[in-house]
Amino acid sequence: MKISANTLPLVLAAVLGVAACSKEAPPSDATAPIIIRFGHAAPLTGPQAHLGKDNENGARLAMEDANAANLTFGGRAVKFELLSEDDQSDPRQGNLVAQKFVDAKVNAVIGHLNSGTTIPASRLYSNAGIPQVSPSATNPTYTDQGFKTAFRVMANDVQQGKVLGGYAVNNLQAKTIAVIDDKTAYGEGLATEFKKAAVAAGATVVAEEHTDDKSVDFKSILTTIKGKQPDLIFFGGMDPQAAPMARQIKQLGVPAKFMLGDGGCNADFMKNAADASEGIYCSLPGVPLARMAGGAKFSERYQARFKANIQSYAPYAYDAAMVLIDAAKRAQSGEPARILAELPKTDYNGVTAHILFDAKGDLKDGVISMYVGKNGAWEPLETINTAIP
Amino acid sequence: MGAAGNHQHRHPLSITEGGFPKTDSRLRGVSPAPTFPQGDAPISATTLTLPVLCPSPYRIIRGVDIFLQQVANGLTLGSIYALVALGYTLVYGILGLINFAHGEVVMVGALTALAASKFLLAAALPPYLVFTLAFLLAALVCMALSVIIERIAYRPLRNAPRLAPLITAIGVSIILQQLAMMLWGRSYHAMPQLLPETTFALGGVQITVIQIVIIGVAGLTMAALLVLVNRTRLGRAMRATAENPGIAALMGVDANRIIVLAFMIGSALAALAGMLVASNYGIAHYNMGFMLGLKAFTAAVLGGIGNLAGAVVGGLLLGVIEALGAGYIGDLTGGVLGSQYQDVFAFFVLIGVLVLRPAGLLGERVAERA
Repeated sequence: MKISANTLPLVLAAVLGVAACSKEAPPSDATAPIIIRFGHAAPLTGPQAHLGKDNENGARLAMEDANAANLTFGGRAVKFELLSEDDQSDPRQGNLVAQKFVDAKVNAVIGHLNSGTTIPASRLYSNAGIPQVSPSATNPTYTDQGFKTAFRVMANDVQQGKVLGGYAVNNLQAKTIAVIDDKTAYGEGLATEFKKAAVAAGATVVAEEHTDDKSVDFKSILTTIKGKQPDLIFFGGMDPQAAPMARQIKQLGVPAKFMLGDGGCNADFMKNAADASEGIYCSLPGVPLARMAGGAKFSERYQARFKANIQSYAPYAYDAAMVLIDAAKRAQSGEPARILAELPKTDYNGVTAHILFDAKGDLKDGVISMYVGKNGAWEPLETINTAIP
Repeated sequence: MGAAGNHQHRHPLSITEGGFPKTDSRLRGVSPAPTFPQGDAPISATTLTLPVLCPSPYRIIRGVDIFLQQVANGLTLGSIYALVALGYTLVYGILGLINFAHGEVVMVGALTALAASKFLLAAALPPYLVFTLAFLLAALVCMALSVIIERIAYRPLRNAPRLAPLITAIGVSIILQQLAMMLWGRSYHAMPQLLPETTFALGGVQITVIQIVIIGVAGLTMAALLVLVNRTRLGRAMRATAENPGIAALMGVDANRIIVLAFMIGSALAALAGMLVASNYGIAHYNMGFMLGLKAFTAAVLGGIGNLAGAVVGGLLLGVIEALGAGYIGDLTGGVLGSQYQDVFAFFVLIGVLVLRPAGLLGERVAERA
């Protein structure tokens, strides 16, 4: 059929008219676009708001990419929508958000950011049969609960703690170690795994101190630690605590190395710890962004779209969303049950890693990279493979 | 202008008692360190767990060093609490209002000082001048802000039931936090280091320039405020308004002006505290005022809310208790309670003090106002 230049506007108007009408039509209407809504939950207010926004941006970028690809399922156009909610990194608020997602019948959930919110919320998603992919919850409990709906795209704390503990003892020659955690599911979990690995490698734990995820003054616990003369201090927690902690270690003249997990391994730590970031070690699951296949390109696109630098987990949130979109594509459906059936078969080449899930929903070949603070930036050291035993 | 006349301001708190020399001497009596009875015990506990065998005198010296360091840490923390607590207590003393938005004013002060410092540093001014100018600007912004808050959220409710302004105060606090989040974003901001980052070692105690400034400024401010309230005409008007706004108005005191002034002085102190906190920790964030405000309010109650010297004593005491609690609670309880229970420890002391002295350490006859 040949459409002349004159008739084209008419045809377009007709198509648009149909599209406009179909909005009110029942979903069974064959011409209506399929709307697939993903929930995203992370702290968007409070001390970790910068990390939450970073995750949201990552997920949003993935949805925009998917929409730009003009996918069709069985001949019907597909439109992805992001429903982003603030869980305040508080387990109670996290469950409220999860319930909201369940009530809104979202097709899948990207989140939550923190282990502390992810674990309790995962039960609600499991009961409702909604697939959940967390970009950054690393506590092993999340996937140990046996929920068929729980997945993550980041190596867990057992894997990360093992690498950190081994690195502290074998590479940094730490014989005596002090451990601080922020008493969250993430911080305490990672600190415990670190401790286990360090002790197994032959180190002694001389001090264990605790703080919370709101404090900025750690001089008291650091003074106590100073008295016990450890070779290395490990902190399980996030950058809002890690940055002032690094400065106070320097101010108090504690002659110990300082090591962080992924929670402190980001741009804000570098900015806020300033001079005190020199010589600090941290780890981040996955390959360094600069060494990721599409890392540099992703970084550029992120900056162009959001006018901000990546904090740390945005590429993981992007991959988490992409894994879900990929599963929906294979299922040719947005139905939660059908996405769920496809998720375990994921074989997706993401920005952060080649993503394959094991039976529990963890990454099959999680790698962890070590970094050191140098001239105000995290310099990648080595990437260690941690095949799950 | 007897606008506030029918409000019951019978208890002006000890601002009006003319008892400052007395409270002052009490202030000197409450030297925080000796009030911690278990002061010596944890030292031996600490040293016993040392894995390295070192000569015993060395261990004791090391223990004393650590104890003194903890006291220095606590005094810094406490001086900040004291500065913020003065703002709470000043407004409470005159108006009987708990200004829960005060913590957020501290935050606005810190973030304004941060923005101003960055701007002025870019103009290549010397750091000390930048520090002073940034403080002045932050103080101006905070004073203007508190005048607006008072006018919109508190003055219309001055004769309303006491719970109403408490709720508007909490509302203002939430609004300020969200506004700051929109204005400054969610990220932590690095405070430019305007003071030298030199650390002095005073007999084993490591203390930074900013810590010395914090402790010094808190002391000076406290002294200046006492002189203002007790020795000046303005101070007399403040005491009179606190005693009874209606009678004070009959005597020619403009109660509204005095109340606005109290808010302005309190918020200038808040700006100062905000700037010092940001400089000390090197960071500022839209959420930083909430916890600080709560702790400072606690300090004000501990010292006796409405009493200026009490705010300082309460602040210093709370700071030192927190520092010693965090430093020693783990070893004292054999690891049963870890350092995360420092707040439990602090509030335990607070409850103890309030059971014995319901009006707080230096407070007088204020029970029915709490």
